[in-house]
Amino acid sequence: MTVLIIDDEVQIRKLLEITLNNNDYHTLEASTAKEGFSTAVVHPPDLIILDLGLPDDDGQNVLRKLREWYLGAIIILSVRSTEEDIIKALDNGANDYLTKPFRTGELLARIRTALRQTQNTTTVQKLEFDNLVIDLTTRNVTVDNELIKLTATEYSLLTLLAKNDGKVLTHQYILKNIWGPGYTQQSQYLRVFVGQLRKKIEPNPNNPKFILTESGIGYRFCTKIEE
Amino acid sequence: MPLLSLSKTINNYNMKLKYFKQSLFNQFLLSNLTVVLVALICYMSVNLIGYHSVALLLLATVSVLSIFFSIYPVLSAAAMSALIWDFFFIPPHFTLHVTNSEDALLLLMYFVIALTSGILTSKVRELEKLEFQKEERSLTLKLYKTLFDSISHELRTPIATIVGASDNLLQKEVKISEEDKLELVDEISVAAFRLNRLVDNLLNMQRVESGMLEIKPDWCEVNELINSPINRLKNELATHKVEINIQNDFPIIRIDFGLIEQSLFNLLHNETNYTQPDSTISINAEYDGKNLVITISDDGKGFNEDELKLLFTKFYRITSNKTGGTGLGLSIVKGFVEAHGGTVQVENNIPHGAKFTLIIPVEILLLQDYMDFSNIAVKMNAQYETLTEAYRPKQVKTLKDSQETEAVE
Repeated sequence: MTVLIIDDEVQIRKLLEITLNNNDYHTLEASTAKEGFSTAVVHPPDLIILDLGLPDDDGQNVLRKLREWYLGAIIILSVRSTEEDIIKALDNGANDYLTKPFRTGELLARIRTALRQTQNTTTVQKLEFDNLVIDLTTRNVTVDNELIKLTATEYSLLTLLAKNDGKVLTHQYILKNIWGPGYTQQSQYLRVFVGQLRKKIEPNPNNPKFILTESGIGYRFCTKIEE
Repeated sequence: MPLLSLSKTINNYNMKLKYFKQSLFNQFLLSNLTVVLVALICYMSVNLIGYHSVALLLLATVSVLSIFFSIYPVLSAAAMSALIWDFFFIPPHFTLHVTNSEDALLLLMYFVIALTSGILTSKVRELEKLEFQKEERSLTLKLYKTLFDSISHELRTPIATIVGASDNLLQKEVKISEEDKLELVDEISVAAFRLNRLVDNLLNMQRVESGMLEIKPDWCEVNELINSPINRLKNELATHKVEINIQNDFPIIRIDFGLIEQSLFNLLHNETNYTQPDSTISINAEYDGKNLVITISDDGKGFNEDELKLLFTKFYRITSNKTGGTGLGLSIVKGFVEAHGGTVQVENNIPHGAKFTLIIPVEILLLQDYMDFSNIAVKMNAQYETLTEAYRPKQVKTLKDSQETEAVE
């Protein structure tokens, strides 16, 4: 697996190089957008880690340009942490984002998820997460082998999130997919349904382990990352 | 607390300066109108008092005006009054002509006195103004100095830890045990996160202070709001007992999640710093029909009278604190909550301990409302699915047919 690191900070590149090499990833490095583009073209990597604050081009711009042809995973790693920036980056095709300072364990987990998503294209019939099982063919959802009654909307919401396991989905994206393009501003609907869904599938709805909130951005479905 | 009075004094000065700030046009208008008015009254009573006294009255008027207005309006009023006196009062009337040499001398003197009195008073006022500004500047400087002293101390402590720990790890002569190595690395990590928290606090303080803090309210669940900061402080709270009590079926509320979550984080972070391990921290949330009311209370020592008064003041740190701190955390809480039109209060808990209360007016979505919506949505969704269900096989068939036809061709 090859990871291209596009970041102008030497220290961050060094840190990422050591971390990734120790976890059996091969790394390529670029310190500018221009250098990043040419490296990505010559040696297409499996995943790109992109900093949004590059000296020669705006990071969102770089992301858009990359997404014109690059189909691999892109993870944003940036000090810019406003919700607008993150939502914009996700809309521009980033698979995930992390803000500096970050935990390396967290980064590695996100990398694994992003790689799994871009490489796994086989269709699955059953999604399993600990005690939660979603059978996509029969539309049956069980928790601890017990059938859970879900409304149609709840089921769509759950499968949308679960199919994108580990990836953050923005409020707008979820609303558009489940309620339709006219509902992208009705975030209260989403809150209500997520709340109901949590009550049905989470062992402790107040401290959810499946449907995690990314405050101000959206939701991420995952079993919690061990720390 | 001197800093509290400092900022109050600055506000007072600003008020005073505003009092001098009338628009220039208004000043011209008011000063000349006053002169005309006084002249009119004198004109009607000139037979009684004689035209020499008129000069004195007008002069007095100009002097009084110079107390209130700035130099140019006063000078114009002085010139105006001199001309009026000459034109209407010095015989021959209704000409600027002066026959009597005594009157000519008087007119000249009038001009000189009116002008000098105008200039002198405005000079005095300029000086006063400068003095105000100087004092204001020195107050601001004092405030900045406190800020920088406190921040550089807060920055240097974790930096010193990082430098010291990494030096230890880098030295080649002495062999450090694996256990100690891990401990040093842990110290570095803790210091780094402390630095990061400080940067966050500074940025947040700047947002509050700039007056540009814009709240972006969105719908959120109170459970999430309360549990998020608790999760972020999981390690620090591990030694405390945390009791959460959230009213059942809490409506969905509309607030800026990020700001209120950060406020709760700051309050809880303080709790971990200022209460003993094993103390109980209770968090309550309820909706009182208008406001979201969150209380965070502990069974620690509580605060004395002075502390209760000054707790939310910028840079204020209670004297008994063991850990560092910039004294920014609680003033950020105040800023964020007030940006929502809410209030934050602190009082002593009974029998002992401290109790913080956040009262934030919120828009809500009642359970009944969204259950109704939910039913409609689910119904529509089901109808949509039956519809697509009815059409789906047909479409697939047509597609298959056409593919087959193509294959045959």
